[in-house]
Amino acid sequence: MRDFVTVLIGKTVRMAARLRGGGSALPGLVVERIDPGFLARSLAHLPHGVVAVSGTNGKTTTTKMIVEMLEASGLRVFTNKTGSNFSRGVVAAVIQEGNLRGRLDADIAVLELDEAHAVHFVAKVKPRITLLLNVLRDQLDRFGEIDTTARLLQVIADATTETLVVNREDALVRAIGERALAPGGSGLGVRMFGLSEELLATFPSDADLLGAGDAPAPALPDADVTLVGVGDHAGTFVMDGERYETSLQLEGLYNTFNAAAALSLVRVVLGAGGGAPLDPERNAGLVAALATVRPAFGRGERLTLDGVSLDLVLVKNPSGFRLALASFPPEGVDCMIAINDNYADGRDMSWLWDVDFASLAPAGVDTVAGVRAWDMALRLEFDGVPVAAVEEDLSAALAGFRERTGAQPRRIYCTYTAMLALRKELATLTEVEDIW
Amino acid sequence: MTEHDTPRELTIVSLFPREMNIYGDSGNVRAIERRAAAHGFAPRVVAVNAAAEFPERADILVGGGGQDSGQGRVAAELAALAPRLRELAAAGAPMLMICGMYQLFGHRFVTHTGEELAGIGVLDVETRGSGERLIGNVVVESPDFGEIIGYENHSGHTFLGPAARPLGRVTLGAGNDPDSGAEGARVGNVIGSYLHGSLLPKNPALTDFLVGTAAERRYGAFVPAAIDDATAERARASAKRRPR
Repeated sequence: MRDFVTVLIGKTVRMAARLRGGGSALPGLVVERIDPGFLARSLAHLPHGVVAVSGTNGKTTTTKMIVEMLEASGLRVFTNKTGSNFSRGVVAAVIQEGNLRGRLDADIAVLELDEAHAVHFVAKVKPRITLLLNVLRDQLDRFGEIDTTARLLQVIADATTETLVVNREDALVRAIGERALAPGGSGLGVRMFGLSEELLATFPSDADLLGAGDAPAPALPDADVTLVGVGDHAGTFVMDGERYETSLQLEGLYNTFNAAAALSLVRVVLGAGGGAPLDPERNAGLVAALATVRPAFGRGERLTLDGVSLDLVLVKNPSGFRLALASFPPEGVDCMIAINDNYADGRDMSWLWDVDFASLAPAGVDTVAGVRAWDMALRLEFDGVPVAAVEEDLSAALAGFRERTGAQPRRIYCTYTAMLALRKELATLTEVEDIW
Repeated sequence: MTEHDTPRELTIVSLFPREMNIYGDSGNVRAIERRAAAHGFAPRVVAVNAAAEFPERADILVGGGGQDSGQGRVAAELAALAPRLRELAAAGAPMLMICGMYQLFGHRFVTHTGEELAGIGVLDVETRGSGERLIGNVVVESPDFGEIIGYENHSGHTFLGPAARPLGRVTLGAGNDPDSGAEGARVGNVIGSYLHGSLLPKNPALTDFLVGTAAERRYGAFVPAAIDDATAERARASAKRRPR
């Protein structure tokens, strides 16, 4: 009865909020207030339990890959696909997709959890399997320091009941896995995904940035899934001693590495967590499903404007920006960079100084835009990158960018709120996928 | 060929860039390098990650902020350099120390948990860790350098002794601690500050001070070149309009 009342109130609030035109998390907020135990009760019914995905970079796309691979394997998956990755966003999604008793028509939940809010979430709901992607310098003004973020991820790991899947190449995340394995540790199952030695150099980490890359590499444990080759929209993975090569629709090197994370997580779900190898046919099936995954919104999203392609690339921290620059060749593309400094972007602009923009110098940047356009312009000046126009106002900047370019494909690197604003503007000019 | 025809070298010592470079402080070294070149000098950057790497000659010294975990390791190496750094400071060498290195250039840093980390006492300041993190945009009015624009992110609260004077007074943000209204410290030509972001690219007056002071000490005079700071000026104006 309690579930019924809660769901009814939640669904009513949702309807009211939608009539007013917004508020994806509002029903969640209301339900959390009136019935704090609702979420745990409703997720407890899922036969395969809850999978949590956390880390600073790549949660949304990785979650999308996991969901689509699990669905291709025949599981019904509940997920928070709107990017509302806080606890109340998950509640709102349960209200929306569940029946009137708050029961989900699903076998498993795969939830993207923002690392700070995840701590509150796992106090209520214990994930069966947790995937920890990375601890990068992202929004330090929110969390203070990298070490703090690592501690938040440790809390999620501690709440996990069965298996951790961790990034072997991220020292802080690997340490969380190693602590679980150590004598006296939690005794959770631990799987790792990693990179071949040759690829390590292609993926600059924050530790390298800080100079730790000079130290000799420690001997690393074996990885469950290893990314051994990358190409233009292609990746080669090693699982159970076999190589699997596939094309990918996802953009960027980092998404290719996140695909290894998603593969490892899905293998744990399908292999019942025991670490037994999957037969090659099933591995090949997963890779085939991976090949069809399209980018999540703003994560290397491709639109068409004025008859040429326009790529939106979300950049939110130095590692992400560096990897994006390494992923997308600057030649033959007109480029715009839009930098805002609102809360969701990170207020602190110092991260721009941790990115090397010299690769943009030969082709130049057409437009620099956003609230902190001039910080970005100053940064580019230091790296000798010519800039045609600097315009803080995003609409005016986009109009100017359109006017000056169009003979070749366009690309916009943008921070989170700049991306939201640009998508809104672009939606009046061309077809942009609805995100809610 | 006279001595003047060869570019005159200035050695920039970057202290512990491996550990103390978390908030884009590398931009400060870049700014000094660029500015020195624009004023007609030949900058040479020496990264010092261990005491033994300290060069014979040091014209400008720069240090940045780091994780708490890195600061302990750096403190030990820094102690070995203390006599040399005190001597350079006493002789008037210009230095800029940000955040973590600012704290370690003071007498001591007492962490939130009561642990004491000894500094080298070049600046007459001491720092106490706190549970309160001071984060956000900062605008400082400095008697020596005019308006200084930056960003702070620190939980240490720093208090000045009688031999130090503040770099300036905050008109936006917290600075050294939540209450005093002071930001940074200056003793002679040694400057400590909590502002990163990076500080120098957006504050050319400070960069000119470091380069000019170094040039005067080494070559007897500094004749500044005219440099176009239009982009930095615009970036300062935008940053100043932003809320805390």
